[in-house]
Parts: sequence; C-alpha cells; structure tokens
Amino acid sequence: MDEEYDAIVLGTGLKECIISGLLSVAGMKVLHMDRNSYYGGESASLSLDQLWSKFRAGEEPPKSLGRGNDYNVDLVPKFIMADGKLIKVLIHTDVVKYLEFKACDGSYVYKQGKIHKVPASDMEALKSPLMSFFEKRRARNFFIYVQDYEEKDPRTHKGRDLNRMSMRQLFAEFSLGDDTMDFIGHAIALYKDDSYLDQAALSTVRKIKLYNDSLYRFAGTKTPYIYPLYGLGELPQSFARLSAVYGGTYMLNKPDCEVVYNDRGEACGVKSEGEVAKCKFVVGDPSYFPGKSKVVGKVARAICIMDHPIPGTVDAHSVQIVIPQKQVGRRSDIYVFCSSYAHNIAAKGKYIAFVSTTVETSVPSQELEPGLALLGPIEHKFIHVADYECPLADGKEDKCFISRGYDAFTHFESTVDDILEMYTRITGKDLDLDNLSLNQTIEG
Amino acid sequence: MSSQGNIQPAKLVLLGDMGAGKSSLVLRFVKGQFTDYQESTIGAAFLTKTVPEFKVKFEIWDTAGQERYHSLAPMYYRGAAAAIIVYDITSTESFNRAKNWVRELQRQGNPDLIVALAGNKADLAGQRAVEPSEAQGYADENGLYFIETSAKTSVNVGDLFNEIAKRLPKPKQVAKAPGSGNVVLTRDAPAKKKQQCC
Repeated sequence: MDEEYDAIVLGTGLKECIISGLLSVAGMKVLHMDRNSYYGGESASLSLDQLWSKFRAGEEPPKSLGRGNDYNVDLVPKFIMADGKLIKVLIHTDVVKYLEFKACDGSYVYKQGKIHKVPASDMEALKSPLMSFFEKRRARNFFIYVQDYEEKDPRTHKGRDLNRMSMRQLFAEFSLGDDTMDFIGHAIALYKDDSYLDQAALSTVRKIKLYNDSLYRFAGTKTPYIYPLYGLGELPQSFARLSAVYGGTYMLNKPDCEVVYNDRGEACGVKSEGEVAKCKFVVGDPSYFPGKSKVVGKVARAICIMDHPIPGTVDAHSVQIVIPQKQVGRRSDIYVFCSSYAHNIAAKGKYIAFVSTTVETSVPSQELEPGLALLGPIEHKFIHVADYECPLADGKEDKCFISRGYDAFTHFESTVDDILEMYTRITGKDLDLDNLSLNQTIEG
Repeated sequence: MSSQGNIQPAKLVLLGDMGAGKSSLVLRFVKGQFTDYQESTIGAAFLTKTVPEFKVKFEIWDTAGQERYHSLAPMYYRGAAAAIIVYDITSTESFNRAKNWVRELQRQGNPDLIVALAGNKADLAGQRAVEPSEAQGYADENGLYFIETSAKTSVNVGDLFNEIAKRLPKPKQVAKAPGSGNVVLTRDAPAKKKQQCC
C-alpha cells in the first residue's frame, strides 16, 4: 500500500466506480478502497444477511425467506432509462458484457386512489381512463408536436421558442388540463416536483423524448425501463472490474481509511492500518470527507419483502408506480418500485417492493404511507432515511473531489450528470460519451 | 467443419495466486501465445474461444488483479459454468492458496459448477515443490478435475479446456423465465421508430 498513485478513490458506490473506471482507462494509476467488505457503498444490493445486519442487528433472517444469497436488495432503488446516459456509458466502456438486463414489465401512475397504466402506444392512450375523450385529442396533438420537434431544425419548432417559453405556457398552448399536465410531467418527464412548470420548456420536451426513445429502444418492451439481473449492485462491481482491468488496485474492508492532507490543506494521500498511500488527489462519497459537505435534503425509503406482485399491475414482476405530489397533497412525488425473482433479486416466489420519497415532514415513515398502501400484505418492512449530501467545494483547492448523494429520482440521468461533471472537474476535460471506445474482447 | 448452430456460451472463471500463470494459460489456449514476462493482467481480462467439437463457446474471465487484496466481486462468480484454479507446481504456498480458493468456491454454493485444478509450470519439474499424487489426492477428495499444465510449452493446456467442455452439462430446455425477456445492449445505434407514444 506504501505506493504512489495518481488518484485514490474512496467508497465503491456507482459514481465512484464509474469515475475509477474512466480514470484507469485514461491511463491514471488508481487505488480504490472501501470501508465495507462488499462493493457498492450506498448503491449496493444486499444479501439477506447483510440486510438484517444493517437494519435488524442481532436478529437472524427467517428461514422461510429461503437462501440469503438469493437476495440482492437495492439500497437505492432505481430503474435505467433504456436510451439514457447510463446506457451510453455502459456501452461505450464495453462494461455491458459483464451484465444482463431485462425490461421492466409495467409503468403506472396513481390518480384518484387508483393506479393506471402509463399508455405505451396510441391505442393504449385511446383506451386509457387517464384522460377524457376530448383531452385525449389535445394530448395527442401535444405529443405529435414533441415527437416532431428537433432542436436543430427550426421548422419543427412551429414558431415557438422553447428556450424562452415556460413549460406551463407550452401546456397552455395545447389547452391541456391539470391532470394531464400532472401525468405528463411526473409519469413521463419524471419530475419529482412541479418546479419544472416555470422553467424553459425545452428541458421537459427533452425528457419526454427520452421516455419515448427509451420505450422504443428495444423491440417488444412495454416500458422505457430496464433493470440488471442480480440488482443494481452489479453496476458498481462491473465498473470496478473495468478499472481493475486497466490496472486499478482494489482494497475492500478498510474501516479506518482516512484522507491525509498536506500543510496547504490539500489531500495528498490516504491512511489505513498505519500505512499511507500517496496520491495527487482523492475522489469519494461525502462520508469519507467529514465537514466537507452539507445535507441538502433527506430521502425516505421503505424496503418490503412480499410473496406476491403489487395488486392491479396484471401480476407484473417488475413495475414502477409514480404517485404525483398533487394526488396526495404533497410537494414531491412518491415512487413505488417492485422487482422479483424474475430479475434474480429474491428467492423463488418472492418480490421486493420499494417506496421512496423526498422527506417533507418530521415523520418520514408516515409520508411513505400512500405508497405502502398500494402494496398489499407485506412480510417484512425496513424503513430508512438517508441524508442527501452535496459537496461544499469543487475540489480545485483541496484536491478532494466529492460526489453528491443519491437523490429520490427514479432513474440514473442525474447520477450520470454528476459523474460527468466530476470527471470534468478532475481532468479539466469533457467526457464525450459518443466517442469513448474500448474493446477488450479478444476472440480466439 | 463445425456447424455454427447450437453453440452454447459457458462462463469460465480463473482463480489462483498472483503469478501462478492464470493469464498465461488463457492466452496459450485462446491465442496460442506465451511470453516469459507476462505483465500483470491489463486490458485483456475477458477472452472468448469456441470449442466446436463440444459446441461450447468459453467466455473466460480473468481476475484482473482483484484477487490480490481479496476484493473479487460476487459478480465474478455469478452464472459461472466452470472454474479453473491454478497453482504453481514449484510453490507449496501457491498450492495452499489454491485450496483456499476451492473453499471460497464451495462457499458460493453452486453445486453444478465444474471445477478444475491446474498445476501449472510443469516445464519446471526440476524445481517441483508439489507432488502430483498430493494434488490428485486433494482433487479426488473435493470432486475436482486435476491436471498438470505448462502454458510455456503448451503441454496439456488443450486437454484441460477440452475436458471441461466435455463435462459441461448438456443444455436443457429451460422453462421460460417469468416477466419480460432479456434485452441485449449493443454498440449499434438502435433503429428508433418514429412512433407516437400517445
């Protein structure tokens, strides 16, 4: 360990592992450490034993749940947009060959006490009880406009400047009602609150296009979401492997690892078990840099083990349900996810459902109730509240490049944005996702 | 000539001490190459080779150095059909460590996994520290296939992989898994349909 590295990365969460992989590929000498004995940090998927030791220390998982190692329970549940930025990173680093994915079976939105399928085709839209007959026609015109809209082709803008016009104005131009706006903004554009309405319409239009492009990215899928077999914890592991393949050194189970600073206050190494590894800079999640980040919010998450799919989802093995804030009198949405043994994240016959939301009150567990109420009988429930932290500085002065926590978003777009931004802060270069090309497969 | 049809992919993982010759064995098998000073595995930790006689396409994973500080990720073992544990016949220490890897594999609890024990560097018989009878005895006790190999002279390297290919279970007609099917991500840009979502 008494060596000199370009970079030392602390914590093996998804963001840290992607950064570690990218830096190793770029030719840097990387040492990557974690205080835990497993990969993934906050974005790990846990076995039953790990889950119980985290939330029910001293108790044993019940035998009735089957083999503990058959479970891979995400700490931060999210789905992957099939045409989103994470997919680009996976493909262009060739990490995708280490992983298998399945589509998510169902995408639902909550309206007036019931859940409804988010329509995936014009036919479904025509049958959907989400909108009235006349509203459907107006919505159809809106979607046609969005689909035809090309940023570089002014003819498709039809005289509207989406950089200046707010989304509220654009909705008004198509005379869409509040419920339709709610459904489009929260179940398709996937905003977690309503602040987008008063921002430039372009970013919402991009998000609607992303939903649509993701829906049609693979033949025969019913939702825009995909999810890896064995859980999201496979993602950090596969990027850690990328880093290792390019020379990165991995050390887990270093509970005492601690950043060392020089007299100018710059990070210059990491100390563990009496040894110091030197480096030019340190990257990591906020928990490794006490005092260098601030809590900007809290996310409450419930993990529920069940022996049945969520009622009303046509027995979907994997599903997302968005509960728009207004429907339940809140300022931020509640998200419900479910995945099952079909994705190899639980023992045969078992389902894991998650309910998550941004915390607004002093009783976070109560805020999850509208989501929990949709699940039917629950065998085991774990509720945890995580701080969402942001770094105080950009790392140029103290050579500490710190990631943000994982937000309540249902997908990885903001996660990848944070990674790209960190990469630029560290290297001074932009990462061009479309022109990263590696190919490590050697055919014999 | 082989028919291209029905070739089954089989994930094969390598385990063993650093310097036992894991990468050298694979490079000899896949590419017919050997270098005396193989660098620690960089950039070539995933190789494939088809063995047409047995209709098997090996997808071979190398440890990429993550074995050094015991940080092999669980995903390394997932879905593996076979494992080769490599030791250096001139090093008792590497043989002992091979036994630790066998125990580690047994902990993963995959009863169908085919495990081979390869005593590599057989060309260095003059410096031998581990007798073949000892390794064979250990292999028999633990249900492993044992063979001594030399990546340098290529002795038994083909036999090692062929024996594994032969022992792989014949593909069964598996019942369709519940839920949606797998999606395959490729580098090719998708043909996006200009379809309306609603």
